Amino acid sequence: MIPLSAYIAVSAVLFATGLLGVLIRRNFIIVLMSVEIMLNAATINLVAFSHYLEAMQGQIVALFIIAIAAGEAAIGLAIIIVVFRGKISTNVDEMNLLKW
Amino acid sequence: MAFVFFAYFAVVSIVAGILTVALKNPVQCGLALLALLLHVSGLFVMLNAEFLWAVQVIVYAGAILVLYLFVLMLLNLKTDDRYFHAKAPYLLAPAAIGLAYLLFLLVGSPFNGAKGDASPAAILMNGDAHAIGIKMFSDYLLQFEIIGVFLTGAIVGAIVLAKTPKSIETRRDA
Repeated sequence: MIPLSAYIAVSAVLFATGLLGVLIRRNFIIVLMSVEIMLNAATINLVAFSHYLEAMQGQIVALFIIAIAAGEAAIGLAIIIVVFRGKISTNVDEMNLLKW
Repeated sequence: MAFVFFAYFAVVSIVAGILTVALKNPVQCGLALLALLLHVSGLFVMLNAEFLWAVQVIVYAGAILVLYLFVLMLLNLKTDDRYFHAKAPYLLAPAAIGLAYLLFLLVGSPFNGAKGDASPAAILMNGDAHAIGIKMFSDYLLQFEIIGVFLTGAIVGAIVLAKTPKSIETRRDA
């Protein structure tokens, strides 16, 4: 029997990886991928608690998280395309203006 | 046996997560993210969440990741020399220390709580998808509808954002 703490630990490591990726990567697309890693870490947490506390709510919220992630990916990539069209770059250091 | 599978899925998803953040080529990052998503879905199977396994593979690995790779190929990015933040090495040590402390706290915690009504035996009787469906379309119907409206709005917004602006079209014609 695998303890609940093992799943929580995996989730914590993945979340820290994603957070570090958001902080140190300069490519906007990779930053969005790091956000996906963090969302996956949260999903693991929810499903693990859902299994160990024998309640269905965790899996429902995990489904909602996957739907939110789909919306976030679509909007984020659309924004990347708009910015790329104007500046020919996806480096977040060069996106320092809201309007130009 | 379950422990071997858990160790495999956990170790590979963590390694794939680190590769996603650390690799230089964005397409390789996307493929590492694919490995991460598939192994996280393996963890879902270990947790008796077969429906979420299917959703993870279809929606995440099938739709979201393809969208990422599609945009990566469409933009045809050249790899930057500076792909990390300039002060990234100074961030690594505090991150490692903070994570170690967090893990120390998490592994030591008892994590107890009131048990719900969805025991593994009750779920296995009709299957995970049945259990989720009953709950989703009774207690969580409003949230389900809100998610539907949200997704519609997100798709419309993405199309409006990514559409070619009209002014450029007319300028090209002139």
